[in-house]
Amino acid sequence: MASLQEYLFISGLLFTIGLAGVLVRRNIIVIFMCLELMLSAANLTLVAFSRFNLSSNGLPDYNGQVLVFFIVTVAAAEVAVGLAIIVALYRARQTVDVKDLTSMRG
Amino acid sequence: MEPVFFYSFSGLAVAGAIALVLFRNPVNSAMSMVAAFVGLAALFIGLNAYFVGIIQILVYAGAIMVLFLFIIMLLDIKAAERPKRRNPLLLVSATFIPLIFLGQLCAVLPNIENQSPQPLALEEAADKHFKAADKPERDQSEIYRSLKEGSLPDVHLVGLTMFGHRGDNASIPTPGYNFPLQVIGVLLLVATVGVVALSLKKKEPRPEDPDS
Repeated sequence: MASLQEYLFISGLLFTIGLAGVLVRRNIIVIFMCLELMLSAANLTLVAFSRFNLSSNGLPDYNGQVLVFFIVTVAAAEVAVGLAIIVALYRARQTVDVKDLTSMRG
Repeated sequence: MEPVFFYSFSGLAVAGAIALVLFRNPVNSAMSMVAAFVGLAALFIGLNAYFVGIIQILVYAGAIMVLFLFIIMLLDIKAAERPKRRNPLLLVSATFIPLIFLGQLCAVLPNIENQSPQPLALEEAADKHFKAADKPERDQSEIYRSLKEGSLPDVHLVGLTMFGHRGDNASIPTPGYNFPLQVIGVLLLVATVGVVALSLKKKEPRPEDPDS
C-alpha cells in the first residue's frame, strides 16, 4: 500500500510542475492549463488526507471530498470565465503571447 | 491501492504534467493535460474516492479539455510560440523557484507520520454508523445494506455529508454544506452571465440598415 507521504509527494510534484509551467510558458492558454493542474494537485492532497484520517465510524472523512467537489466546481467556472477573457483579449490584441501584453507593466 | 498501480498512475500523471509544460503546440499540451488528469482520477479511485474520481474524469478530462481545445481551434494561432531568445533571468527564476519549493516539500515530508492506509472495515463501520438508529430504519438504509454487503456507498456518504443528516440516522448530526452549495450556485450563475457579457460583440452602427 502506498503511504501518505508518497501521495503528498506526488501532489507536490504536480503542483511544482504546474508552477514551473506558469512561470516558463508564454502562451496564455498553456499558462491557464498549468493553473488547472495546480488546482488538481491540491485536490489530491485533500483526498489523500480524507482517506488516511478515518472518521470515528471507520469510514473516510467525507468533508475533504465535499471540499474537492466545491473546488472542481469553482475551477470549471474559472475556466469558462478565463477562456472568455482570453478570447476577448485575442480580439483586441491579436495575440496570446504574454510577452506582447505589457501595457500594465509598471 | 496496490503499489504497482500507484506507481504507474502517478507516473502517468507526472509524465502528462511534464509533457504539458514541454510541448510547444497547445493542442498537444491539452492532450497531455488529459493524460495527467486521467492519472489523477485513477489515484482518487485508488484512495476509495470513487465519486471524486468520476467527477474528475467528467469535468476535467471531458468538459474543461473540450473547452480548451475549442478555444485553441477558435483562435487558430498561426505563429505558435516562436523560439526567440528567452530572458535568462526568467529561465533561472523559473527553474529555481519550483526547485526551492520542491526542496521545502522534501524537507517537510519526513516529519509527518509515515502511515499506510488502514483497510476500511466496512461491516463494523455499518454498525458504528447506525449506532443510534432504530432497527427498521437502519434496515431500510441503502448505506447500511451496501456496507454490510462489503461495498463502499461512496456517493451516498458524500451526499450525506454535503446535505447534512438528522440525528436519527447516525450517531452525530451534521449541519451539512447547504449554504456553500447555494453560494456555488450563485457563483455559477454569475460566471455564466459574465461569460455571455464578455463574449458579446459591440454592435457596429450600420447607417444603411437602421432596423438591425
